[in-house]
Amino acid sequence: MSDPFAAVYEEIIHEHYKKPKYRRILEGLPFAENPSCGDRVRVSITLGADGRIAGAAFDGSGCSISMSSADILAEDIIGKTPEEARRLIETFLAVLRGELDVDELDAFGDAVAFKGVARLPVRVKCAALAWRAALSQLDSIDRPQENSKS
Amino acid sequence: MRAQFVAHAPVEENSSIAGALKREFPIFGERPELIYLDNAATAQKPLSVLDAERDFYLRSCANVHRAIHAIGEEATARYEEARRRMADFIGARPREIVFTRGTTESINLVARTFGETLQPDDEIILSVMEHHANMVPWQQLTERRGVSLKFIPVTEEGELDLAEYEKLFSPKTRLVAVTMVSNVLGTINPVDKIIAAAHGAKVPVLLDVAQAAPSMPLDARALGADFAAFSGHKMYAPFGIGVLYGTERMLDAMPPFMGGGDMISEVRLEGFSVNELPYKFEAGTPPVAQAVGLEAAADWLSSVGIAALGEYESALARRFMDGIEGIPGIRILGSAARRAGIVAFTLGGAHAHDVAAYLDRFNIAVRAGHHCAHPLARRFGIVSSARASFGAYNTREDVDRAVAVLAGAGEVL
Repeated sequence: MSDPFAAVYEEIIHEHYKKPKYRRILEGLPFAENPSCGDRVRVSITLGADGRIAGAAFDGSGCSISMSSADILAEDIIGKTPEEARRLIETFLAVLRGELDVDELDAFGDAVAFKGVARLPVRVKCAALAWRAALSQLDSIDRPQENSKS
Repeated sequence: MRAQFVAHAPVEENSSIAGALKREFPIFGERPELIYLDNAATAQKPLSVLDAERDFYLRSCANVHRAIHAIGEEATARYEEARRRMADFIGARPREIVFTRGTTESINLVARTFGETLQPDDEIILSVMEHHANMVPWQQLTERRGVSLKFIPVTEEGELDLAEYEKLFSPKTRLVAVTMVSNVLGTINPVDKIIAAAHGAKVPVLLDVAQAAPSMPLDARALGADFAAFSGHKMYAPFGIGVLYGTERMLDAMPPFMGGGDMISEVRLEGFSVNELPYKFEAGTPPVAQAVGLEAAADWLSSVGIAALGEYESALARRFMDGIEGIPGIRILGSAARRAGIVAFTLGGAHAHDVAAYLDRFNIAVRAGHHCAHPLARRFGIVSSARASFGAYNTREDVDRAVAVLAGAGEVL
C-alpha cells in the first residue's frame, strides 16, 4: 500500500477490535448480517432528554473490520442529533460505495482508518455493516410506534 | 520437453518440478512474490492455454456450425476438436460432452431438464458437504416439482457416513448427486461405493467433479456415473467454459434446456424439433475460444502427469497440516484418510477474514469464508474458515512459508 498512513490506520482498527469501548450484550434488536461471510452486528441507539444521542452500543461477531467499524460508529454518533448522525452515516456509506472521495473521511474521527478499506471491494461490506444497522435503528427511532409492535 | 510429476516420489523431487512449471505461468513473472494457495477457487493459467485462446481469436475467429466459409469451417473444426479432446480426457464419447459455462450451469442444466421429469414426492439424495452449486438447484426444484431432498451426513472426520447413506434409499429415490472431492475438507469420497449402492437401487448418480478434474484422472466409463459436472477454470483453463458429461441414455431421455439457435434441427411458426446430442443442450453461440483454451489445459494437465500431480498436491496438504498442527489455536477441519490438496482451518478466535488478510500481507493468497458450503460450516459449528489449496506450481517452499507466517499470526490477531 502506498498510503503513508496505512500503518496508522491499521493500528486504529486493531485497537478498536481488541479493546472495544462500546461493545455490550444487547437483547431484542435485529442483527444486520453479511451472508457472504457470516458477520452479524446489531446497534442500539438511545436518545437523551435534549434529543441528542446519549448512548450507542453494539453487539455481534465478525472480523476485525466489521467489529472495529461498529465501535468507531458508536463513538462517532454519540452527542449528535439523529439527523446529524444520519448524514454522517450516509456520507460514510457513500464513500464505501465509491460515490464520494475517500478524503471525505478526513473530517471523521477514527473512521478515517477505513480509507484503505474503501478500496477493497470485498471488505467494504464488513466496514459498512454496523453503519447500515445504525441507519435502520435511526429509522425505528423516527417511527417508534412501528418498533413497539415487536 | 516439459517436466513431469513422478508417482510415489519424495515431495522434494516433485517440488523442483513444480518450481520449473511455475515458469510457464505468466502471473508469477508479473508477481514474483505471489504464493498462490487458492487453487480450489480457481487455478492460474499457463501460457499454452492463454496462447491457444489468443490463437483462436487471431487466426480462426468465426461463429460455429452455420458458416460455409473457410474460417467458419475452421472455427467449427476447432470447437469440435476441443469436444473430442474433453471426451478423451474423461473417457467419454463426444456426444456425451455438453459445453456449459461451468459446474454450476452443468448441474442447473440437469436440475432443469432431468429434474423437470420428476414427480411430487420423488426423492433426491445429496450430502451435507455439497457446494451450494450442488444444493441450491435441487432446493429450487423442490419448490417447482414438490420433490424432497435427503442428505448423507458427514462424520467428525469429514467423511460421508456410508451406512446412513444406504438407509436413505426408498422406492421414491430418483437421483443421487454428490461431490467427488469436498471443496472445503478436501475429502476424496468413495464414489465407486456410492455409485454401486445407487445403481443397485436403479438410481442414477450425478458427480460434482469440479475439484477432482484438476487432480485425478477421470474415467467416466469405469466410474459408471450417469452425469459429471466440472469447470475449466479450476483446471488451468479460461473462465466461462465447463462440461456436463451425461450418458447418451440419460441425455437422450431429457427435454432440452435453453431454447435458441443450435439446439434445434428445424423451426416452424408452430414449433420446433430438437437437435441431436449434444447440441440439443447448447443453445446460442457457445464459448468457442474458451473451449479451445480448455482443450489446451487438458493437454497441459496430461503432459505433466495428472495422477502424480494429484498425489503431490495431497503430499503438500499433508506437509501443510503437519506444519500448522502445532500452532496454538489451529483447528484443521476433517481428518479424512483420503484427502486432496485442500486444507480448511481456523485459528483460535480470529476471524477467517483476518487470517486471510494477514497472510495476504506476506503475498500468500488463501480463501476465507464459508467456501460456498454453509451447511457444512454449520455441521462443524463454525461460521467461516481459512482454506489453503494447492496446485501444480506450488512448491514445498510455498507451503513452508505459509506455515511460518501462520505461526506468527496468533500473536497479532
